[in-house]
Amino acid sequence: MISSNLPALQVVLPLLGAVLAALVRRGPIAWLIALVVSWTMPAIAFALLRQVLTEPDGVVSYALGGWTPPLGIEYRVDLVSAYILILVSVMGALVISYAPRSVASEIAPERQAWFYTMYLLCMAGLLGIAITGDAFNAFVFLEVSSLSTYVLIALGHDSRAVLSAYQYLIVGTIGATFYVLGVGLLYVMTGSLNLADIAGRIGDIENIRPLLAALAFITVGISLKVALFPVHLWLPNAYAFAPSVVTAFLASTATKVALYLLLLSVAAMIVASVVAVFQANIKRMLAYSSVAQIGYITLGIALITQTGLTGGIVHIFNHAVMKATLFMAVGCIVFRTGVVRIEDLAGIGRRMPLTMGAFVIAGLGLIGVPGTVGFVSKYFLVAGALEKGWWWLAAIIVISSLIAVVYVGRVIEVAWFREPTAAIKDAGKPPLEMLAFTCILAAAIVVLGFDTELTAGIAARAAEVLLAGMT
Amino acid sequence: MSADSLIVLALLLPTAGAGLIAMTGRNPNLRETVTIVTSLALFATVMGVLTAVLSGAEPRTTPVEIFAGVEFGFSVEPLGMIFAVVASGLWIANSIYSIGYMRGNDEPRQTSFYVCFAIAIAATIGVAFAANLFTLFLFYEILTLSTYPLVAHKANAGAMAGGRIYLLMLLGTSMALLLPAIIWTGIVAGTLDFIPGGILDGKLGSTALGLLLALYIFGIGKAAVMPVHYWLPAAMVAPTPVSALLHAVAVVKAGVFTVLKVIVYVFGIDLLSATGASEWLVFVAAFSLLMASLVALTRNNLKARLAYSTVSQLAYVVLGAALATQAAIIGSGMQIVMHATGKITLFFCAGAIAVATRKTEISDMVGIGRRMPVTMFAFLIGSLSIIGLPPFGGTWSKWWLGIGAVDAGHAWVVAVLMVSSLLNVAYLLPIVARGYFLPPPEAKSGEPVAVTEAPAACVIPLCITAALCIVLFFAAGEVEALLAQMGMVAPTDITATLAKGEPDGP
Repeated sequence: MISSNLPALQVVLPLLGAVLAALVRRGPIAWLIALVVSWTMPAIAFALLRQVLTEPDGVVSYALGGWTPPLGIEYRVDLVSAYILILVSVMGALVISYAPRSVASEIAPERQAWFYTMYLLCMAGLLGIAITGDAFNAFVFLEVSSLSTYVLIALGHDSRAVLSAYQYLIVGTIGATFYVLGVGLLYVMTGSLNLADIAGRIGDIENIRPLLAALAFITVGISLKVALFPVHLWLPNAYAFAPSVVTAFLASTATKVALYLLLLSVAAMIVASVVAVFQANIKRMLAYSSVAQIGYITLGIALITQTGLTGGIVHIFNHAVMKATLFMAVGCIVFRTGVVRIEDLAGIGRRMPLTMGAFVIAGLGLIGVPGTVGFVSKYFLVAGALEKGWWWLAAIIVISSLIAVVYVGRVIEVAWFREPTAAIKDAGKPPLEMLAFTCILAAAIVVLGFDTELTAGIAARAAEVLLAGMT
Repeated sequence: MSADSLIVLALLLPTAGAGLIAMTGRNPNLRETVTIVTSLALFATVMGVLTAVLSGAEPRTTPVEIFAGVEFGFSVEPLGMIFAVVASGLWIANSIYSIGYMRGNDEPRQTSFYVCFAIAIAATIGVAFAANLFTLFLFYEILTLSTYPLVAHKANAGAMAGGRIYLLMLLGTSMALLLPAIIWTGIVAGTLDFIPGGILDGKLGSTALGLLLALYIFGIGKAAVMPVHYWLPAAMVAPTPVSALLHAVAVVKAGVFTVLKVIVYVFGIDLLSATGASEWLVFVAAFSLLMASLVALTRNNLKARLAYSTVSQLAYVVLGAALATQAAIIGSGMQIVMHATGKITLFFCAGAIAVATRKTEISDMVGIGRRMPVTMFAFLIGSLSIIGLPPFGGTWSKWWLGIGAVDAGHAWVVAVLMVSSLLNVAYLLPIVARGYFLPPPEAKSGEPVAVTEAPAACVIPLCITAALCIVLFFAAGEVEALLAQMGMVAPTDITATLAKGEPDGP
């Protein structure tokens, strides 16, 4: 009974948890609810992965409310989406375990329950986007996660948080509008909203111009959503979009628009990396770095080869682990010192060696140093480019990682080689659980850099499935 | 304990040592004891591996697959064995010297200094024993990262700038050129293992081979082939024991060692001499060799002069690799050993002078031999070994390189080697001559100058390494015998090579 309804539970549980957390109104209890729900999510995700692996065609299809697809909403779990579900839920669980003290220090007590409510809503939205097989349902979940994120941003005690939440709201709404326009066009052209169904029908369409327009709307819409968000939270929102986008993209007009995607990725990798170098605020620096790193992911997709796609998919996971570590380390520092300007971090490495050690390991991962997960992604991406004979692309990938050396090196230099300022000298040790989860993730960066069975192994199989679906 | 597990022990010892040093940081005497004991234990372990290799064993660990085609594992072959012996042996001398230097100069943050040093040695051992390109690359990068804090140790503006150049150039070349080269190799060869005779035979045309070789040579920034040599003079801002580590023990040696490994075990010297893909490198290396010597002549800062001397001496190794004959490879391998002992002596002397007199510029060192006769005598021995005069070890590496050049049909290289030796004379010996024969400017005429040597912990190591330069002249036969065991050709061809007959060793 439960096992056959797992796809629905994956989304419904956090939704219910959110309501419950809103009703109890007390921060610590709400946190407990969020914690329990968040740790149930990976269990469900892993169970789904097992189901997918035992299924003969590799797809678990779930008809929501008993309405059969393509008319009803279909929840569709294949290798790619199972992989993303695991990623999002594991990260979500780790973040919530790490969060309570950081939340307590940044958010007023009477609002803390709201934070956990919104957090669970956001998780529900992200997991929903990953699991749904319906283009319009994806839009609903997109908005669920976006709206809850606006609230999460606005909860910050800084009055500027409200302003930035408002900005995100406006830009995010424009993005959502673009997305809906694209979905609308798709519906007009194919008469279906089910992604698998659309993919089947798209081949029969003679006039592909509206399709290209649809894809452009969807890409721009999602880009607007994705590119703006990493600024604030550690939630891996961007990745949630991956499976449905990847599937739709590959199934439809991949070969025709791959070049545009390629150029976009290249631009993101170079421009965003350069912008990251010039940021004074460490969170903003990491945010721009994320835009560049998402460029690696889309680049792998645009290569449309087994190796390239494996690289793109594995980087979804690897980047999530690295960036979560970086943000958690920064979170520890902010918790103790309140400092976010890189210049003011002088000597922090000597005061908080473990935290900054985790930061350095994750930074090395971004650069792609061997022995970290970043190397695994980079290896597949460069190999994918070389297999196609695209030397210039391999060159751009490595140049982008060189820029990462600069922005990561900048922080390391300030943190370890400057004499600590008075504010840093007085900083206490970060709370044990925050430090512990940061270090666990940092260790994962190294361990998964050697043991790639779970990451590259599944990514390779997912890439195989996706490419097989193309022909 | 089997030789296979000795490999693992050799990696774990300095790593554990680094942890212990960090824990004992509060008590400097205990901390220094840990450093010395670790270095002795490491040397004993490496000697254990050497015994096994000399008895014909090929110690190796079971490789762990990272993903298809990329493995992590260790295996020991003669060249790596020699490199490990040199690095672990010189680390003992360097540790003793570091104590004298760091305490004599009252340097800050000594604990992190010794920690990074131990990690760097662990990485060096990893480079020496790597069974494939991935493992080598991994430890190559760890070596860069662990030595960066050492270069920037003084944390003033100059040290920070030097550190930045060091990190950016080494990490930059390796990520931008070496990594694509390794991936390219993996794609065409299907493996990254070091295999006698190479893994690229018949996989690439000669132009592509030349291009791939260029990616490797300039990607291995630690080998300091011009124009990617600039980090080496920039890194001289580091404390002198670090310079010794960079120039003699670990960093540049890891660079040229990697070049040799790639030439012998990835390309294969037969393939290179058949296709001529390394011809261009002979010229580039010869140019680097002469040019760096000329630049060294113009430098007044002693460490800067020694740094350019290193760039030139490294080019000998690359030159031998480019010639791609068995004798030249033996010459290159020997040059790694001989230059290490010679150059570490010179740097120890430079540091001893700095500790005792605070002098760093050559023009200020007039009459220094009268104040520090022992140090300057060691400097003379180190110089003569670098120049290549008997009875010092440096003789033999030049000898074998010369033979290798003639074998390869590049007799003009012998002339280059001779000119270079003359240039070495010109930039090294005047320091000694003016040190001994001219009175120091501050001394009153006719009065003997008081002898003020550096602390014993500085002077003893430099005497030992100077003595080693002489010992190696007589022990070169052992080194040569070990190097000759290198699997330079695929195993089936060995009898054919032996039948051709190789020149006899010293």
